[in-house]
Order: sequence, then structure tokens, then C-alpha cells
Amino acid sequence: MSEPVKGISRDDVVHLAGLARIDLSEAELDHLASELPLILEHVASVQQAAGDDVPAMSHPVPVDNVFREDVVRPSLTPEEALAAAPASDQQRFLVPKILGES
Amino acid sequence: MTERQLTRLSADEMARGLAAKEFTSVEVTQASLDRIASVDGDIHAFLHVDPEGALATAADVDDRRSNGEQLAHLAGVPIAVKDVLATKGMVTTCGSKILDGWIPPYDATVTAKIKAAGLPILGKTNMDEFAMGSSTEHSAYGPTRNPWDRTRIPGGSGGGSAAAVAAFEAPLAIGTDTGGSIRQPGALTGTVGVKPTYGGVSRYGLVAMASSLDQAGPVTRTVLDAALLHVLMGGHDPMDSTSIPAAVPGVVAAARRADVKGLRIGVVTELGGEGFQPGVRARFDEAVELLTGAGAEVVEVSIPSLEHALAAYYLILPSEASSNLAKFDAMRYGVRVAPAGVDDPSAEQVMASSRDAGFGDEVKRRIILGTYALSSGYYDAYYGSAQKVRTLLARDFAAAFEGVDVLVSPTSPTTAYPLGDKLDDPLAMYLGDVATIPANLVGIPGLSLPVGLADEDGLPVGLQFLAPQQADDRLYNAAAALERLLEDKWGAPMIARAPELEAAR
Repeated sequence: MSEPVKGISRDDVVHLAGLARIDLSEAELDHLASELPLILEHVASVQQAAGDDVPAMSHPVPVDNVFREDVVRPSLTPEEALAAAPASDQQRFLVPKILGES
Repeated sequence: MTERQLTRLSADEMARGLAAKEFTSVEVTQASLDRIASVDGDIHAFLHVDPEGALATAADVDDRRSNGEQLAHLAGVPIAVKDVLATKGMVTTCGSKILDGWIPPYDATVTAKIKAAGLPILGKTNMDEFAMGSSTEHSAYGPTRNPWDRTRIPGGSGGGSAAAVAAFEAPLAIGTDTGGSIRQPGALTGTVGVKPTYGGVSRYGLVAMASSLDQAGPVTRTVLDAALLHVLMGGHDPMDSTSIPAAVPGVVAAARRADVKGLRIGVVTELGGEGFQPGVRARFDEAVELLTGAGAEVVEVSIPSLEHALAAYYLILPSEASSNLAKFDAMRYGVRVAPAGVDDPSAEQVMASSRDAGFGDEVKRRIILGTYALSSGYYDAYYGSAQKVRTLLARDFAAAFEGVDVLVSPTSPTTAYPLGDKLDDPLAMYLGDVATIPANLVGIPGLSLPVGLADEDGLPVGLQFLAPQQADDRLYNAAAALERLLEDKWGAPMIARAPELEAAR
């Protein structure tokens, strides 16, 4: 069986928001920190539901790798692919700096 | 025919009238657009209406028909599409600010099939943001109202599609169902909604929430209309690796057969007791009696692992959603919002600030929950355990279907509740999905049929049929039989009792 899981603290929520790349406000962090333990308490019953002998099911209909023929087919033009970009330049997505200066 | 008469036709009646040249597609499409203009200010089923595009398709279909061209049965019948399916050249927002104004450069396979068959697309329907919710109140663009009582929710996430069909704004709509988002709004608005077998309808171009649960399906006012649309939208698609490489089950023939004599029907013990509203229970029991009277063999069937289904669902769904929604990074498409008070922000800071500004509360809640359930140290306890529950459920359903052909339950434990009632109580809202989520977890098809109005509030009640994977035709046979029995009893379809919206304005 899996190890028991402890609750979720406000610091945990701060960490999770960082992992999920969402800049939550202080109020949102407070709200989630009070709400998530209640939801987790409700869903925790799954840990007692099945023994080690029960296999996990990731998908309702079993599928193997699906390949197509290796032939060229039409795709988006660069203009179509870039049409909804917040910013673009020279047929490329224009993004903010990736590495910090400091 | 008057606008009122045209908009009240079923899709099949409309298709036959078009084929017989009793009216044109431009006329029926204009009638739907006029109806939208007169009632949608109140109902808010649509996020976007496309009169020019719809009328252009209608005129083209009319031309081709008058030239004697062979057309699809539903050619010229207008349709509404849930805003989670990509429509080339037409705004697609998923009910989210993060996709405000996004115009997809491609069509979903379902969209492409609708266009190829010549159905004018009226517009895009409202939904809970990224389909996360059961009331359509989590749309970033404001809620949809239930045509039966505009102070109440239409269900969700596909409240827009269900309300559009219930309010006679469209004879047909496309919905998507991850945990009940077609069937529960169907129940709450007195319409028919079908979640096909997982893999029966292509997910290509369906903006993913939970990839192993999502499935698109028909939203209509009659069982036959649902079957006609199911055939049109279903079938194998090489663009979706989870698409089943097999023909669509014979759902139209089944809807026309409508015979339950000798059919073995199982009433699910765990779905109908505590927590189910008396009026829901009463209409459900009467419907089961009607089926028995028509020659069905009704027995009670237990699915013990249903006890853990809701918990498993609310772990698997957020886990998959947190992963799927990582693509909204403000770099290639979608809204980009710079963080306030930061000079020369980094890509990561822009990403985090855009996702904070672009996602609503419920989406953030589920992303954080999913991130937690998938994180190192908790994965086995939560996501892994939930996947095991899925196996237990699949075994229970397989055992149940050894003894019966279809299973039945109320679609939703309650009728439509007032707007705002459960908005701040996510757990209470999640509990409303108890009867619909099992089908998504195990990939089986489900159909919700209106079976009357609850005595205590006069609001629609739905009955859900479930069948084994790839036996979608059984749903249509049984539901069409019950639909006919109920209409014989009432003397008219239930939707005829829906309030006159204009008169109430």
C-alpha cells in the first residue's frame, strides 16, 4: 500500500503555484490553503480502495502506439502558426528573455 | 411556416422538410438566428453568433439541393457548437479569458465533419471555463440561464449547448462530456444528451481537459436526432490516436427500433438513495415502471466500487487537466500579461502572471490540486490509487453487464439549483456528478433522457442509460422506447411544457 499522506499547508500551496507557473495573489493562496485540505480529505479514500494486486488503469480503452505512414501532408503555414502569437518577429515567436541578468 | 413553427421542428423533421423543399435552409437558419436575437440576451447560451457564416452555408446548401446534388440527411439543419471545439476562422475561447479572441487556424475533426455535411454553424456555446464545472457559472463570460427558470443554472459544463437546444435557438448542438457535461445539462434542461463510447468520436481539435475522460457527443431534443448527429460526428479518425478503428454502432436503426421487450435493465443500487431529491426519485421510478410494462426485465444491480468513483475522478481529472493546461504559456497563442511593477520580466514571470490573469478560480483550484496529486511523494498515494479504483470500477461494470443489457439511474441527484447556490462550495458541486462520472472513468457510453418534471419545483428530471463500450446502439433503442412511452402518456413531448420565453420577458 502507498504511504499515508499528510495534509497540505499554505507553504505547500505556494510551492505548487510555483510549479504550476501561476502567480497567485495572497488572497488566492489563503483561500486555496483553506479549501484544498477539505477536498483532499474527501478524495483520500482512494488510498484504501484497492490492494497492491490491482493494476492501475490509465486509459478506458487499451491502445497501443499508433503510427501513420511517413508521408508529407499539408500543415499550417508559418503565417497561420504565428497568427495568434502575442508577439512575433522574422517568422518566429517573440518571447521575453529566458535567462535573468542577475 | 412561421419562425416559431420552424424552430420547434426536430432536426429530423427539418431535414425531411428541406429534402421535400417545403422550406429552405436559409429560412430555417434565419429562424434560428431570429430566435437567438430575441431570447439569447436572457439565456446567454451563445458566446459568439455567426449570422453571415451560417447563412452563407445555408444558401450554398440550398443551391446544391436545387441543382439536384446528393446531400447528407442533416444538410442545411443549423447547429450550435460548444466553444471547446476548434472552428477555423471562428473565435474559440473555451469560456476562458486566456483564449479571449483566439481564432484557431484549423478545424476540429467534429467541426470538419459538420462543415462537410453542410450544417450551418450558428455560433459557439457557453461553458464552464475549459469545461471545469457543473453549472456554467465558471464561464469567464458570465453564466447561462436555464430556459425553464432563468434564476437557475442550466447544468454544466455544457450549459450553453443544452440551453440553446432547450430554448429552441438551435435544433442541434455539440457538447463534450468529461464527467457528465453533456448528460447533466441535458437532465437539467429537459433535453437529450449522449456521451458516446470513449474513442467513438474524434478528440482532434477538442481542447483537452482530461484526455482519458473527454468525449464529444450530441445535444438534441429527441433520441432520433441524437442518433443522426452521433453518426455524423463519430467514426475513426487517424488524427486521434485514441480513436476506435471501427464503424459507429447502428444507433439510428436502434433509435427507430425502440423496443424493450425482453431487454434486461439493471437499476444501479448505489445511485438513487440518499442525496437524491424525492421528485427525481419519483419520476425515475415511474419511468422504470413504464419500461417494465413494455416488456423489459428489470433487476437491481450493485456496483460496489462506485463508493470511491467520485474521489478517483476528482484526482484523475485535475491531474490530467494540470498537465494539459500547461500549454497555455502565453508564448505561442493566448493572452500575454506582463507582471505589474517588474522591469524587463523573464519569460517565466510573464507566463506566471498571464496564467494568473487568464485562468479563473475553478481552473486554478484544479491545476493546483492536480499538480499536488502528480508531485513526487504523493503520486502513488493519489494518482496511482485513483487509477486502481478505475480498474475496480471497470471490473464491476463488466460483471454487471454480464447480467443486464443496459443500466439505468437518475442522471443527476437534483433538479437545477439557483444560480450562485454552490459556487463557493466546490465539494457540494462535485457531488452532483456522482451518477455521470463512472461512465467517463470506464469509457462506456451514456445517454440522458427527460422523464418528467419534479413535483416539488416543476423542473426537468433526466434518466440515464448506460451500456457497455461500443454498444451505444443499446442506449438509443431503450431511450427511444421510453421516449415514446412517455410521450404517449403525456400526449406531447416534455419540451412542449417549457415556458414561453418571449412572453416572460
